[in-house]
Amino acid sequence: MDWINVIIQGVLIGGLYALFAAGLSLIFGVMRLVNISHGDFIVGAAYVAFAVIQMTGLHPLVSLVIVVPLFALLGYALQLGLLNRVLGGDILPPLIVTFGLSIIVQNGLLTLFTADSRRLDAGAIEVESLNLMPGVDIGYMPLMTFVSAVAIIAGLQFLFYRTTMGRAFRATSDDGEIAQIMGLDNRKVFGWAMGLAMAVVAVAGVFLAIRANFDPFMGPSRLIFGFEAVIIGGLGNLWGTLAGGIILGVAQGIGAHIDPGWQLLAGHIAFLAILAVRPRGLFPRVD
Amino acid sequence: MSEPTIVRSTRGSRIAASAVLVLVAAIAAAPWWANSADLRLITEILFFLALASMWNLLAGYAGLISVGQHAYVGLGGYMMFSCVLFWGMNPLWSIPLAGLLAAAVSVPVAWLVFRLKGAYFAIGTWVVAEVFRLLAAQMSSLGGGSGLSIPVSAMRALGGRTERELLIYFTAFALSLGTLLLIWLVLRSRVGLALTAIRDNEVASSSLGVRIGRIKLGVYVLVAALTAMLGALIFVTKLRISPDAAFSMNDWTVFVIFIVVIGGIGTLEGPIIGTLLYFLLREFLADLGAVYLLILGAMAIAIMLVAPRGLWGLIVTKWDFAVFPVGYRVRMPRD
Repeated sequence: MDWINVIIQGVLIGGLYALFAAGLSLIFGVMRLVNISHGDFIVGAAYVAFAVIQMTGLHPLVSLVIVVPLFALLGYALQLGLLNRVLGGDILPPLIVTFGLSIIVQNGLLTLFTADSRRLDAGAIEVESLNLMPGVDIGYMPLMTFVSAVAIIAGLQFLFYRTTMGRAFRATSDDGEIAQIMGLDNRKVFGWAMGLAMAVVAVAGVFLAIRANFDPFMGPSRLIFGFEAVIIGGLGNLWGTLAGGIILGVAQGIGAHIDPGWQLLAGHIAFLAILAVRPRGLFPRVD
Repeated sequence: MSEPTIVRSTRGSRIAASAVLVLVAAIAAAPWWANSADLRLITEILFFLALASMWNLLAGYAGLISVGQHAYVGLGGYMMFSCVLFWGMNPLWSIPLAGLLAAAVSVPVAWLVFRLKGAYFAIGTWVVAEVFRLLAAQMSSLGGGSGLSIPVSAMRALGGRTERELLIYFTAFALSLGTLLLIWLVLRSRVGLALTAIRDNEVASSSLGVRIGRIKLGVYVLVAALTAMLGALIFVTKLRISPDAAFSMNDWTVFVIFIVVIGGIGTLEGPIIGTLLYFLLREFLADLGAVYLLILGAMAIAIMLVAPRGLWGLIVTKWDFAVFPVGYRVRMPRD
């Protein structure tokens, strides 16, 4: 029974990891940008939600109504104001700029909110659970996180393959110059993509903040989890990313069950093992 | 009418080289003109000079943008502690062993992370460093998560206080400037020509027969070994090790990257300028804590927007000048 529980909880937290990863996957797919500050923006979203809740007294889940559009706008502005200027042939400038952003966000949060760890209080829903079978309970919050992750990935998938915006994303990704000739403004398309990615970041941040304590410096490890989920699942495959998140979550759960010190290590080792056997991930997109 | 000639150095670079020699001599003589505190500062500057130059070789020339070099600093530090604690070795003699171990470890690591390209390679190296840190925290014989200190007896074996200080200072001097010299020689060699070609255009150099994979692996292993040797020495000066200090991303990777980027990536002089600027800024701004880091981050972003080749890059584009020439120039005869 123990093991069933470990695996189910691992799958559920895998949903959260997939949320960390979805934005990363999206912007890499559209503009080949790897945002090193991705994890720090997740934590940043948690703090913004914290501030919003302090000011308005909203429930954390309701605060999404404010945080998500705010982050979408921030993403759009960041892309048009800064990141578009360093995208191009050389991978170094975008890498260093997002690296610099990461340090700025971490230390900015430290200055504004101190190093104390915080938590968003979601009330009774946090402790309520669904009894699946004797000894196996599913918390409503982890379940809701997982369902949201599936819904967001389904939504992104729909947006990518069924809408005008998605067509613009795919066209720019396939050949930016031709897309531009056809009347797309790449800079704006990149802006939308970053806005969308940051909207997902906001959701991930709020769910993270309800689940566990957060502090200004936990961004980089969230980036790593997201990155591992993307690589495990296969670049460019959103459903693969969900699978990657689940594998990572289950591996960490199994590790933690054997020895608490092995939780993170088990996740990294699973990632490295998959990288060794399947360098392109488990479900690479067929190009 | 005479033929054009090919030269390596210019008058400017020869003058600069003599200035550099004087400076090196002054640094070598530091124990005779500096007090203990200054000596420690110079040692630290030398460490960062070497770390920055190695990261520059890796990222600026070989195109391997690693954000996980702290893996090797920590590995070296822990190797030194193992040598001292388990085999009763002299801390300084553990340095070459740390280099060998890191070279051996870096080959399978490279086999894994070289599968990732570009920015994903960067994060892959970071994961490896995390794995090293977590493993170090699991080794209870090396202090586990809380770390441990060098036994007093091991430090006494290096001699009395003054003698010990001198010994450590000159080891740091030799190791750091040796690293710089080695990098300069590598860049002047055939391999250096290949590296410069890779830096300028990977596809074109590959089509001309540069064996990119092998050269990148060689550079990665060399830098890993040197970084670990430096790491071993760094933790001799620190006297204490813990997983968080040994594998500190901020100390051994973030600052180093900022130094190289601000000074000028892809040039030998850049990391030197960057290191001096970094220590200058630190003297004035370190008390600001978080704000100091904010400033460094903003500077790195600004440099990337305004002058992606860094401060030294600005000088080179303006005056076409090199303190450490690695290329050749054609000199036309005067009529």
